[in-house]
Amino acid sequence: MDGTAKILKYEFHNILRSKWMIGYAIFFLVITDGLFRFVGTDAKVILSLMNIILAVIPLASIIFGAMYVYHSREFIELLLSQPIGRKNIYWGIYCGLSLTLSAGFVAGTGLPFLLEGVIDAEYLSALMLLLTAGVLLTWIFTALAFWIAVRYEDKVKGIGAAMLIWMFFTVVYDGFILLVIYWFDDYPLEPAIIGMSLANPVDLARVMLLLKFNVSAMMGYTGAVFHQFFSASTGLGVSLSVLILWAVTPFLLGLRYFQKKDF
Amino acid sequence: MIRIQSLEKHYQKLHVLKSINLSVEPSKITAIVGPNSAGKSTLIKSILGLVFPDRGDISINGERVNGRWDYRRKIGYMPQLARFPENLTLKELLALVRDLRHHPDDTDMELFEVFNLGKEWDKPIRTLSGGTRQKVSAVIAFLFRPSILILDEPTAGLDPIASSNLKDKILKERDLGKTFILTSHIMSELEELSEHIVFLLEGKIFFEGLTDELVRYTGERNLERAIATLMKGRPVWTELQKS
Repeated sequence: MDGTAKILKYEFHNILRSKWMIGYAIFFLVITDGLFRFVGTDAKVILSLMNIILAVIPLASIIFGAMYVYHSREFIELLLSQPIGRKNIYWGIYCGLSLTLSAGFVAGTGLPFLLEGVIDAEYLSALMLLLTAGVLLTWIFTALAFWIAVRYEDKVKGIGAAMLIWMFFTVVYDGFILLVIYWFDDYPLEPAIIGMSLANPVDLARVMLLLKFNVSAMMGYTGAVFHQFFSASTGLGVSLSVLILWAVTPFLLGLRYFQKKDF
Repeated sequence: MIRIQSLEKHYQKLHVLKSINLSVEPSKITAIVGPNSAGKSTLIKSILGLVFPDRGDISINGERVNGRWDYRRKIGYMPQLARFPENLTLKELLALVRDLRHHPDDTDMELFEVFNLGKEWDKPIRTLSGGTRQKVSAVIAFLFRPSILILDEPTAGLDPIASSNLKDKILKERDLGKTFILTSHIMSELEELSEHIVFLLEGKIFFEGLTDELVRYTGERNLERAIATLMKGRPVWTELQKS
């Protein structure tokens, strides 16, 4: 743990100094502030934010994450020749990036809400869940990015794979679900659809938030099925735990690969 | 004492190390030579744990190192290409490695002084030239007074002054009882530094012994010619093994 803490300290120091990290926080700040100016009420701001977050966070995390690993190659090589375990190195670098990305997102998004000072209790919990979803998506897509980047030595291949994964989860997957619904119209599809929405972290985060916001018009097919299948609180519990699993699994796969990798 | 026993390594289909057996004697300088892609770096990296061998054992002072990392406390390493995090200044880089090694009081800054790196103290690494990075790499290798030093082409990219400074340092530390493993393509340099030589070709050890011995047996004038003879594949080494 000691080694991880030392790497983490360095990572914070290094990332917080970089311009893109500040840009990332400012992006959320400007978007949220802009929404307050143009859209108005808390509820609408949170809903619009949700759509932006679901698209931007996975993309930013997976691309930043992969680039970051390739960029840290020298640092990793230096660390590997020092008396530190590989596990500590991986933990340190992963936590360093995912925590700063999360902090940038939470600070950028949260600050306008604080400044507006109009959060009543009802929206506060919605906002909290929105921030939680954003943070979880950051961890998930950073973990996926790390896994890809340790597997592919070639940067171009790695970034390409990262883009493909993002496209798959945010664009292709919905089309795929529609196709399944179209093809298997005559069968009871509910359990399959539940399974399929659990298998996509972006969709799952969307469904989780919409269950909370209770906007059935935006739920889509998977959301509606989810809503029908689970009560609001079970739905929330199930989706939160599966999202956490979505962060842990690629992290462990990446870690295992990293521990056996030749440098 | 570093002992390597029947070490095997494949990179996919490429058989890089073929049943390597080697003992590196303490307080001596052992040179690993051979043509490009003979497996020198892979062998060195296996000792450091940067590369995991398929089979075989590596032990340092009787302790197996396979998959462990704490033994690296005893090792200083200078990679073939010195690569550091680019945004760090030299000062921050040294602070970082000190931190990783738990801030020992007694560090060796002799090379830092000799190379006159003080003037680069506050510059980011990315602005340093290749040679200067190489100097920084040497400083870090010696910094924690390790008992084993592994230097992969240490003088490549150094100017003649820095190169001879480094060689002086190596000899001085050897006399203090440090163990060295180094690779180089500059044979005159090895003649100057190393008493032991290991010749690696296509992943196998073709010759292991005293430098003088190798020169004598091949009947050549100097180490460079002796090694060239070996590389050309004249069957000298079979005679060597008989004798």
